[in-house]
Order: sequence, then C-alpha cells, then structure tokens
Amino acid sequence: MTLMKHLMGAAATLALTSGMALADPAIIFDLGGKFDKSFNEAAFNGAERWAKETGGTYKELEMQSEAQREQALRRLAESGANPVVMTGFAFGDVLAKVAPDFPDTKFAIIDMVVEQPNVKSVVFNEHEGSYLVGMLAGLASKTNTVGFIGGMDIPLIRKFGCGYAQGVKAVKPDATVVLNMTGTTPAAWNDPVKGAELAKAQKAQGADVIYAAAGGTGVGVLQTAADEGILSIGVDSNQNYMHPGKVLTSMLKRVDNAVYEAFKEGTDLKTGFNVMGLANDGVGYAMDENNASLVTPEMQAAVDAAAAKIKSGELVVHDYMSDNTCPAATF
Amino acid sequence: MDYATLLQILDSTLRLGTPLLLACLAGLFSERAGIFDIGLEGKMLMSAMASGAVAALSGSVWIGLGAGICASLILAGIHGLASITFRGNQLISGVALNFIASGITVLVAQALFGQGGRTPPLQGAARFNPIDLPFAEALSSVPVLGPFYAEVLSGHSILVYAALAAVPASWWLLYRTRFGLRLRAVGENPAAVDTAGVSVVGLRFAAVAITGVLCGIAGAYMATALQAGFGREMTAGRGYIALAALIFAKWRPWSALGATMLFGFFQALALRPDVVEGVVGRKVPVSLLDALPYILTVLVLAGFVGKAIPPRAGGQPYVKER
Repeated sequence: MTLMKHLMGAAATLALTSGMALADPAIIFDLGGKFDKSFNEAAFNGAERWAKETGGTYKELEMQSEAQREQALRRLAESGANPVVMTGFAFGDVLAKVAPDFPDTKFAIIDMVVEQPNVKSVVFNEHEGSYLVGMLAGLASKTNTVGFIGGMDIPLIRKFGCGYAQGVKAVKPDATVVLNMTGTTPAAWNDPVKGAELAKAQKAQGADVIYAAAGGTGVGVLQTAADEGILSIGVDSNQNYMHPGKVLTSMLKRVDNAVYEAFKEGTDLKTGFNVMGLANDGVGYAMDENNASLVTPEMQAAVDAAAAKIKSGELVVHDYMSDNTCPAATF
Repeated sequence: MDYATLLQILDSTLRLGTPLLLACLAGLFSERAGIFDIGLEGKMLMSAMASGAVAALSGSVWIGLGAGICASLILAGIHGLASITFRGNQLISGVALNFIASGITVLVAQALFGQGGRTPPLQGAARFNPIDLPFAEALSSVPVLGPFYAEVLSGHSILVYAALAAVPASWWLLYRTRFGLRLRAVGENPAAVDTAGVSVVGLRFAAVAITGVLCGIAGAYMATALQAGFGREMTAGRGYIALAALIFAKWRPWSALGATMLFGFFQALALRPDVVEGVVGRKVPVSLLDALPYILTVLVLAGFVGKAIPPRAGGQPYVKER
C-alpha cells in the first residue's frame, strides 16, 4: 500500500513537473496574417524550425482586428504560455500595459522597444539591409531612376525607404528615387490593386527597379513589375521565387532567427534590448538560382564590400528613426 | 504636367474607376428598388476569391468569371431573403454579409490552396489580358485624340469595356423599359406597384440579382484582370467608396459614370504626388487626396451641391395590407 502511495506520489510529481516543462511558447501574428509571404511568414518559419528541431509544440494566434490585441495577449499569458512572442510594432502600447500584470511570463516583441523587466525587444537594422538592396537597384537600373513603395506610412517603413535611397545614391549620386506610400491606415498592407497602380505610376516616371516594403500590397507590386518587364525587390522573406528572373533580390529580415532564438531560450529568455543588424546576420539580401542571372559578380562584389564596411563600423547608414530625417530622400 | 503624364493618369483612372463603376451601378439597381445594400464590398470580395480560385483550378478565366458571379449571387440571394422575404433590417443584413465574406474568403482559399488565404498566381488564359482596340496603332499619330484613344481607351481588359457599356445599358433598362419603370416605382411607392398587380417581391429580387451579377463582375475584374489572384481583403473598401459615389451621383447611371471616374481620378492623382505638387505649386498630403471622395460626398449630402434625394421607400421592407 505504502509502495502504491509512493508510486502515486511519484507519478503525480512527474505529471506536475512535466506540466511545468510543458509551458509552451506562443506566437501572435500581426494583421498581415501568417502567410503574408513576407514578415509574418518569416516569423512562422522560425517557429516551425524550432518545432521541427525540438519536437515541441507552440501556441499561435492570428490577429483579425486591431481591437483584439490586448485580449489575445492576456489570453495567451493566462493560458501559461511562456515565452509569448509577438510580431509587429503595433503591439508596443498593449504589451507595455499587459507585461507588468504577468511578471512571471517572458515576452518578446519584434520591431518595437518596450521597456519592461520581462520583455525582450528585438529590433532590426532594416536601413542596413535596405542600403544593400538599394545599391543593387542603383547598379541594375538603366534609366537612372528607381522606385520605392512602402505600405502604411510609419517611421519604420520610412527607415526602409531612407536606407534604400542612401544605397542608390551611394552607387549613382545623380539617380532619382521615386518614393510612394500605399496609405495611412492598416489597410495599406493588403491592397495589391493599389500597389500595382503605384508600380505602373512609378514606371511611367521612369523607374525600372522597384523595391516594395508593403506586406501583402507588395505581392501586387511584384506582379505588376513582372508584367511590365521591369525589376522588383522583395522584402522580409526571400521573395525571389515569386517571379523567377524578374525579382532582382529580396531584403532579408531574419525575423525567423529572432523567433527561433526566443523559442529556444524558452523560459530563460534573455530580456532587454536586442538589435539584429548586418553584423549578426539579422538582415541581408537574398541570392539564389532565381536571381543569379540578374546580379553580376561585379555587383555582388560591390555590395559585399559595402556590407563588410557596415559590419566593421567604417560605413554608417543613417537610421531614419533616430532623428526622423533622411539625408538622401524627402518623404 | 505634360500631355503624356495626363494620359498616364487618365489610364490609371479608368483602371481604378472600373470596379467602382460596376459596384456603383450594382448599388444603383438595388437601392432604386428600395433595398439598401451596404454589402457591395462583401459581394465583390466573395467574387474576387471565387473567380481567382476557380480560374486557377480550371485554367479558364471565363469559368472563373462565372464562378465569381455565382458566388456574388449567393450573397445577394441571402441579402434578398433576409431583407425582402423576412423583412429584416437591410443595413444589418448587409454588414453581416460583409463580415461573412471577409472571413469565409480567407478560410476557403486557405483550405483549397494552403497559401495563407491567397489564390495561386494566375497565368495566360486564366487571366483577363489587355486587349488593343482596333486601329489603336494607326490612330496614335492623330494629334491629341490619337494618343488618348491609344493610351487611355485601348489596352484594357474586356471587363473595362463591359463596365462602360453597362452605363447606357442601365440607363436604357431603367428609363426606357417597362421593367425599369416598375423597378423605380417599387423603390418610391411599392404599394402603388402592388395595387397595379405587379409583384413587389419579384421586382425587388430581380434588382438584387442584378446587383449580384454586377458586383460579381467587379470582384472578378480585381482578382483576374487588375491582379493575378485573390488576396485577403483585396477590395480594400472599394464597396464603400462606390456607395459614396452612388450618393454623389444621386442614383443616376450617367452620373454614376462621372462620379466613379472622378473618384478614380482622385485615386490616380494620389499615386502621383509629384504631379500634384507640380500643378498646385506646393506639397499636398496624399491623405487629403485619398479623403477627397468622402469630403465631396459629405458636401453633396449636406446639400451644397444640388440635392441628393434617395428613393423614398429605401430601407423599408414592404408589408402587404391585409
């Protein structure tokens, strides 16, 4: 009988401890949706990579509307998920409010800084990656005019545009950079029709390479660029495969790495401020068989040289968000 | 601004104005028959998804167009059932259908293709390709009008010309046929129509069905002509802008053409802040250009630009006297 009791007790303890260890990580995708072929999809890929390597499971949630943010966050934290990772700047205010209520839960936010003791803030040096693809655009352009189409007009997207313009001017000081934003509301992330019209309008202004940093809107930009016979540049995930031979390159933002690392650290998540730049492979540009014919070895050498300089600190790309100005472009 | 730039903006206007025009005419039929339809957006979205999905599966854009119209007709039928047969609140029914469309399109597309609520990119015959109007090449050397014909009018997909043809067709149907007279009457005074021995319910269902067909074409145009596939929420509020255009046009077909093309022109202008700056001489915020259609509609509603009188029986379910 006593033996039985001991066994039962041991089993109960085991169940309890395994219950503790089973604090699954969770991820919340922003409004663009899990399969936006871009930012959120990169986050999803990172989570999947973790799940495949560790055999673990994770909880996930897709935002459907602005109003759900706080509720979704609380729901996941209450369910015992730890750490909770969220993608997107829009979670900033909500997380600052929710994080103090769950001191034992670790949070990680991508693209935003939230100063709370249990929050890891991951930001990317998008301006560095954009600078590199800007150089490629400048080198590939024959008309001396290149375009940039942003999604919603927010400082973060201007940071992309500003880095890009600096890269273009670095290789072609007299080049024209046409900058457009799709809109001022979150609907601007999902309007491929308007993205397509913007691409046509930029082509009419002479642009022959267009960089789209616009979530789902970018799908329309890439499609139209391919239809119209000009080059485009993808963003966040590697989008070269979408129109092989028509997409010059993609500005990679390794959101997958950020999510993967956060999941891997699990409950021991190192909180605080975290910058992912060229130096630690947080950003970069995509090369694969789909764009090999578009990027000549000379172009690649020039860009890699600049990348090395940025890594060593010899070359500093201006960050729009540091002072809300851009030396190479006006918004 | 030179002539070439103007032509480019007008070309863009026609592309952006076409979905608005189709949706606006759709709303016109429904509202003229006394059924408010706030669900234009949902119907377009539904059709965009159905046409994109079926065109991708079948490889034929025409089958896709048919599927889009069918999907839109189903939503129109539900709206008719709720607001005509069961005399429900027309606005609530429309809003509910918008929500349903917003969710179900992503759900179905995700279940079918697993690409995150997107349909696969369409190619070749699965897409409406631009067609050149006859003599576009030859006439382009004619000064002023030649380039206009070649650049602006020619080179669109067939649905654009269908939409333009729908304007005189709607006018003829509404003002020159017995059906049109009755349809307008049922929106003003259904009791009188009933007294004359004509079915109010039948007429209203016919109007709602026409709305469904036109919205179906609008959605298919966006997914298979402007774009090469459906993306979530890709209508991006165009159904609501069409409703605004309908008020601006005071529920008349030819004015609807003018209003939607004007709104399309504003949208096209918003794409070219550099041109606006060149003409006005100072920087104009893009958001102001985006808001112009709504500002104009409010002005019309407030009675500054003529008077906008909606059909008198609009929004009221018809109850037969006992």
